[in-house]
Amino acid sequence: MLVSISINGQVYSHDVEPRVLLVHFIREYAELHGTHWGCDTSNCGICIVLMDDPNSDQPPYPVKSCTMLAAMAEGYEITTVEGMAKPDGTLDPIQQGFHEMHALQCGFCTPGMMSTGRWLIERHPNPTQMTDHEIRDGISGNLCRCTGYDNIIKAIRWAAAYIEEHPESARTAR
Amino acid sequence: MQTPAPCEYSRATSVDDAIAQLQALGGNARILAGGYSLIPMMKLRLANPGHVIDINPIEPELNYIRQEGNEIRIGALTRHVNMLESDLLDRTFPHIFRDAEAVLADPVVRNRGTMGGSLCQSDPAEDLSGVVVALKGRAVLRGPGGAERVVEMDEFHIGPYMTAVGPTEMLIEVRFDVHPGFGGAHEKVERRAGDFAIVAASAGLSIQGGVIREAGVACSAVGPTTMHIKRAEQALVGKAPSEQLFQQAGQIASADCSPNSDGRGPADYKRAVAGVLTQRALSRAAATALRS
Repeated sequence: MLVSISINGQVYSHDVEPRVLLVHFIREYAELHGTHWGCDTSNCGICIVLMDDPNSDQPPYPVKSCTMLAAMAEGYEITTVEGMAKPDGTLDPIQQGFHEMHALQCGFCTPGMMSTGRWLIERHPNPTQMTDHEIRDGISGNLCRCTGYDNIIKAIRWAAAYIEEHPESARTAR
Repeated sequence: MQTPAPCEYSRATSVDDAIAQLQALGGNARILAGGYSLIPMMKLRLANPGHVIDINPIEPELNYIRQEGNEIRIGALTRHVNMLESDLLDRTFPHIFRDAEAVLADPVVRNRGTMGGSLCQSDPAEDLSGVVVALKGRAVLRGPGGAERVVEMDEFHIGPYMTAVGPTEMLIEVRFDVHPGFGGAHEKVERRAGDFAIVAASAGLSIQGGVIREAGVACSAVGPTTMHIKRAEQALVGKAPSEQLFQQAGQIASADCSPNSDGRGPADYKRAVAGVLTQRALSRAAATALRS
């Protein structure tokens, strides 16, 4: 079947089997390899991308792309790690936060972790006041085997503080 | 690499359209909601539908939590996050839904996973099913021609991954009776955050005039379906709440569940945990009921 998905503002149309998963559509058909593919069992969160429902006023929310058929994503706007930075190359605050706080080592979990982190900040009414529990629970669907999570939590806090100081860097208007 | 077996995909334009598609496909199709149960099952080839009917496009028709008379009605496509954050649910059934939804998988899964998907997966270790059994929810199944039937939870889950939903039927809503003086709790022991339970217990109590008028007790992951511990309920109703009574109910839960030994622990351990968690859930439920 012909599946057309808008990824990072560009529409990718491919004739695929209906059983093709979103993660494989992104990696093999759209050839965007920033989205990684991990446990394949909806546990690790490596494959998380942001999905925006144009009919909803909620911010784009993370989905595990190994547990969605590509066909299910038609009509939604998908953002992968490639689509996070501004066109001029300025990193998104969450990316900058991961850089500043050394929140990655091998980098395998990073695109998913940043997607979930971005969503946590956007959906929270007062992101700089997020508790450790809120952040830890928020990223509990993302596994990292390198960092021990502490620096990831610091990076999410860094991005929340940066967005508060620079509201223009927020993806969604508050 | 895990990929589902070849299947066809279509979208539903309404509940009745989904049922008409089920009928036209002669029982070889499955309803696809959040996908966090069905797609893993398809990847493991434990489910091999020839066709999936995506109902996410009809979310406005099926995502709701509302009170009608003395009932709370939850639409089948209501997401876990909506149940977690619903003030109406937490006010009416403090705090059993919030307890369970806070420990059900992880926030990313809860963004998409649904009430209907949880129940229709019929996984005996799943948290929300325990809550629905303890609250004696009733499933509304719609079939061809708009015919509806209402099924009690004891008849709904007929075995692991098996439900009473017929091949041309669809779960559209779950209904709960509202009881005054209600308090509930869900207790879970898991290997790590977001995992399926080693054992979980759900309890709901309605206490009026110092006496337990209604009781619901269910245990998860200790039997072929979510275990409805009816003997514990019978032991509770009509009595004044006390720690001794809850301990007795816990002992009944230990005796009446039927766990298997597996990677999550030996059967006698799970039996013991079922008793402890049942007692804990009941005493928290009673404390909440007496405050409400």
